[in-house]
Amino acid sequence: MVQNQRKAAYYWLFLIPFIATLVPSLYSKATPALGGFPFFYWYLILWIILVGVISGAIYFLSEPRE
Amino acid sequence: MKWQAFVVFVVLFVVVAGMGFYAARWRRGDLALLDEWGLGGRRFGTIVTWFLLGGDLYTAYTFIAVPALVYGVGAFGFFAVPYTIVVFPIMYVVMPRLWRVCKAHSLVTPADFIRARFDSRSMATAVAITGILATMPYIALQLVGIQAVLTVLGIKGTGVVKDLPLFIAFAVLAAYTYTSGLRAPALTAFAKDVLVYLTIIVAVIVIPAKLGGFGHIFAVASTHLAAVKGSIILSPKLYGAFSTLALGSAFALLLYPHVITGTLSAKSARTIERNTAILPIYSIALALIALLGYMAIAAGISTKTTSLVVPLLLMKLLPQWFVGVAFAAVAIGALVPAAIMSIAASNLFSRNIYREFVRPDATTQQEAKVAKIVSLLVKLGALLVVLLVPVQYSIYLQTLGGIWILQTGPGIIGGLWTRWFHKRALLVGWLVGMVWGTQMAAAVHFKSSIYTLHLFGRVIPGYAAVFAVVANLVVVVVLSAILNAMKVSNGTDKTSPADYLGNGESSSAPPIAEATF
Repeated sequence: MVQNQRKAAYYWLFLIPFIATLVPSLYSKATPALGGFPFFYWYLILWIILVGVISGAIYFLSEPRE
Repeated sequence: MKWQAFVVFVVLFVVVAGMGFYAARWRRGDLALLDEWGLGGRRFGTIVTWFLLGGDLYTAYTFIAVPALVYGVGAFGFFAVPYTIVVFPIMYVVMPRLWRVCKAHSLVTPADFIRARFDSRSMATAVAITGILATMPYIALQLVGIQAVLTVLGIKGTGVVKDLPLFIAFAVLAAYTYTSGLRAPALTAFAKDVLVYLTIIVAVIVIPAKLGGFGHIFAVASTHLAAVKGSIILSPKLYGAFSTLALGSAFALLLYPHVITGTLSAKSARTIERNTAILPIYSIALALIALLGYMAIAAGISTKTTSLVVPLLLMKLLPQWFVGVAFAAVAIGALVPAAIMSIAASNLFSRNIYREFVRPDATTQQEAKVAKIVSLLVKLGALLVVLLVPVQYSIYLQTLGGIWILQTGPGIIGGLWTRWFHKRALLVGWLVGMVWGTQMAAAVHFKSSIYTLHLFGRVIPGYAAVFAVVANLVVVVVLSAILNAMKVSNGTDKTSPADYLGNGESSSAPPIAEATF
């Protein structure tokens, strides 16, 4: 039970990518551009990587301990 | 006729079809059982699951439609990126829980779960029918992807001759799905992804180099889109539509029967969690593919048929033999999800309609037999739709499918956490969502899934599916409160709280060790 509560606590980390990508006013702009990509594009692509990292982190943090 | 490209295309296609037939012998199991044919024996490990779900999530239609939307309207088409970002946290939280309860009770379909959890035959049937209806046009659209590449390859002719290649492709698909079940898309997904990633890497290096770099591509696209009321930066007016479309699509995707089938075939709940960390690699590929829309603008591709944007771009700027590789990637990228979708629809039919209403005493062998035959019928139906009905209708139906499938969310996702929802409330909520969602789509003549809601004097544009599911949920909550207060019988829950929990790998060890991959 304790294990599951701890796991559920980590799930709150998942709120970050929701806010970061579902609120377009945060990133719907052209500058700063990066390698020819307007901000809007490289910001979203960066978040693809970050969501994988967050999932991976939660995966390892919730590793069952013997 | 582009012979060089055509020959490469055909050779790759034949090799992959061969893999589909070989799949019957791969990780041998008794394919006369539904669990083996329709779920691959529930023992796919991390890597196979990755390829299988990748084939589910990113279909040929995605590869064709997303860049086409970006080509047509600009930044709004990029909603596919936040959509394929937020889908993973949702998947991480929801799907392992669904996997555990389905494993504990040998459930094969989402409707099975509703039946066991809410003891409601009518709600289970509603979920099964919604799933089948939403999946059918999705299969048909995969064929549109194949048709697009065949057109650009220069296959001409009249009547039957013109459609013959498509017919052959689908006959092959139908045959190997019949013999190999879910093992076929699992194995062919591997070949598909090798081709897809190769194509994307080459395309995003070669095409921008030829077109003068990404900076130039964005600049040309920006000027061009301004003339057609599009924009490469999202306009504030579209924020609501963009966000609700991304969020609603993410939930809807996880409710599609083929995605649930792909998830349930994993070997453990932990396999699914692990996959959410590595599946975003496909989203990066999708973002790059979306940018092909801008590259097409910069390359001066001009077509009214949006599904031809990407094939025409590749044909114009890549060496012809490589176009064969790229087109094979699209065609095989259509076969993989089409196979999983037809299997998922067949599982629903056989478990929740045939067994429920026709032969309650059906053995798992009989279920598998029915599912195999239905998988053939489903594909034949999709083929007829594509050949006889204008493509636009399939796209409209797919838009509706997305709206409909989301209406099963309160029961399936909500049911994983609570049984406070009353079974009758779920059914009424589902009906309200289906009817209102369809009305909203009809009000915009099915041309878009964005609906402008006028509420309390405010104008709110958003994804119709999200509005419908909010109404659905409100009805479910209010009616549940009333029915529970009145102590109306709510059936018996066949699942227990422990079925949903669990840590680490499944305690029941898979019968066959994961030797390959």
